[in-house]
Amino acid sequence: MRRILGLCAAPAVAFFAAFWLLPVAQLLVLPSKKGWDTYFAVLTNSRYLQSLVNTVGLSLVVTLLTLLLGAMVGIALGRQSFKGRQLLLSLLTLPLSFPGVIIGFFIILLGGRQGLVADLTEWAGFGRTTFAYGLTGLFLGYLYFSLPRAIATYTAAASAMDAQLEEAARCLGASRWRVAWDVWLPELAPTTIACGAIIFATSMGAFGTAFTLASKFEVLPITIYNEFTNYANFALAASLSITLGLITWLVLFVTRQFTSGKSGVATAGV
Amino acid sequence: MRINPKTPRLLIGVTLMVSIFMLAPIGLSVMAGLVSSYSAGIKSGLTLRWLKEVLDVYGSTITWSLMLGLLCVLGNLLIGVPCAYALARSKSRAARLFEELLTLPVAVPGLATALALILTYGHMRDFRQSFAFILVGHMVFTLPFMVRTVSSAFQRNDLLAMEEAARTLGASFLQRFLGVLVPAVLPAIVAGSLMVFTLSVGEFNLTWMLHTPLTRTLPVGLADSYASMRIEIGSAYTLVFLLVILPVLWGLQAIGKLIEKHHGT
Repeated sequence: MRRILGLCAAPAVAFFAAFWLLPVAQLLVLPSKKGWDTYFAVLTNSRYLQSLVNTVGLSLVVTLLTLLLGAMVGIALGRQSFKGRQLLLSLLTLPLSFPGVIIGFFIILLGGRQGLVADLTEWAGFGRTTFAYGLTGLFLGYLYFSLPRAIATYTAAASAMDAQLEEAARCLGASRWRVAWDVWLPELAPTTIACGAIIFATSMGAFGTAFTLASKFEVLPITIYNEFTNYANFALAASLSITLGLITWLVLFVTRQFTSGKSGVATAGV
Repeated sequence: MRINPKTPRLLIGVTLMVSIFMLAPIGLSVMAGLVSSYSAGIKSGLTLRWLKEVLDVYGSTITWSLMLGLLCVLGNLLIGVPCAYALARSKSRAARLFEELLTLPVAVPGLATALALILTYGHMRDFRQSFAFILVGHMVFTLPFMVRTVSSAFQRNDLLAMEEAARTLGASFLQRFLGVLVPAVLPAIVAGSLMVFTLSVGEFNLTWMLHTPLTRTLPVGLADSYASMRIEIGSAYTLVFLLVILPVLWGLQAIGKLIEKHHGT
């Protein structure tokens, strides 16, 4: 039986070794050929450091706001039953399958030179306002691709929440805020940690949205892309990719240790 | 019975605003792809002209994306399903380690995986310039989803008993696997396949690095059209993407409901 199991796994193991493990091993050793300090380029070069700080800052703020908004929408949708609820939920989670470029395009449709907001502000007499190509546009784009995951996860978690606990708290005279703080928060904590980690990791590695917006606010995936394609600086691109990969993997790994077994949150799609 | 206390008005308001933020761009884009002139708006009349132009200019990207998606599913079925079975049955340390390693391409940004593939295989020109290069990237990235989905289905206890019964009746391993096990986890396999297909068709981060001018997928074409074509064409192209992806997502939902009904959790 052991032999059969081995044979079953062999093709996948061989494929994975050839097309992921081996290439990544090469990526890992590449910076050392340019000297060991290449590994620390992100810390020693102020431009790369700035890009890293930008990415972490943006991802953190986006994650926090997404969790807050996603929890509110999730609680509302998870407890409410109205006609078209299922349809609304599937529409709200539809963008999970969109490539980042489409989301960049959406932001241009909203806040670009021919955008909806520009039309509206012109109509209101404020002149044409555009925000797509700066930090605001990038921020809204990241929010757009993060929200569906949070909404889906929180809706599932909220519909599984114990309504009697909340009723009991209310009967004992707890205010609305008290209920949110003492009942909702602890019940949703594992979901929040797991979902937050995935959203943060996805934001850190997101490329398509920033690429479409050609934002002036530079994020690390764009820096890596530029080093690789425009400057053919392979060792540096590898070093920055390692930094980025290490951060996202660590965040996911650490939170999984915290939440393992506690929440059955599905993590389909990135 | 579920007690359902009144939902605070603040939550309803936020839900409404988030819904508008999420849905307005989709509606706007669908509209922009179907009107004669975006700046003149709906008054300029509806047309299929932009969709036709998309098919003329980018038609090949659509076919290739569909092909890649299907091949990616096929490849995952061939190597992923047996692997899922092995991981579900094996209690060895090596199996757990491989399970852990397999999730890495999802945890690590696609850009890093793409760079690694180019650094290692970029010099093999025929491979580098073929769709096989993109296919390999997509498979590495989607394999964990197939393996995880199917592996958890293989772990069901009733399956162990069924397998044992088939074995004592003298069924060979291949007979047991294809005749008993695979039919029993078919919903999970279909769900995994649909998931893999969606991921492959929508993949951009890896694909943008791996593509060449002659190997372009739908999202790669989208990025090109957004940068160089008028807004109506970009919108019509986005509409094409939605038309490709929507039926698959519906299928995924239907399968999800089916699994819930039959096996209930």
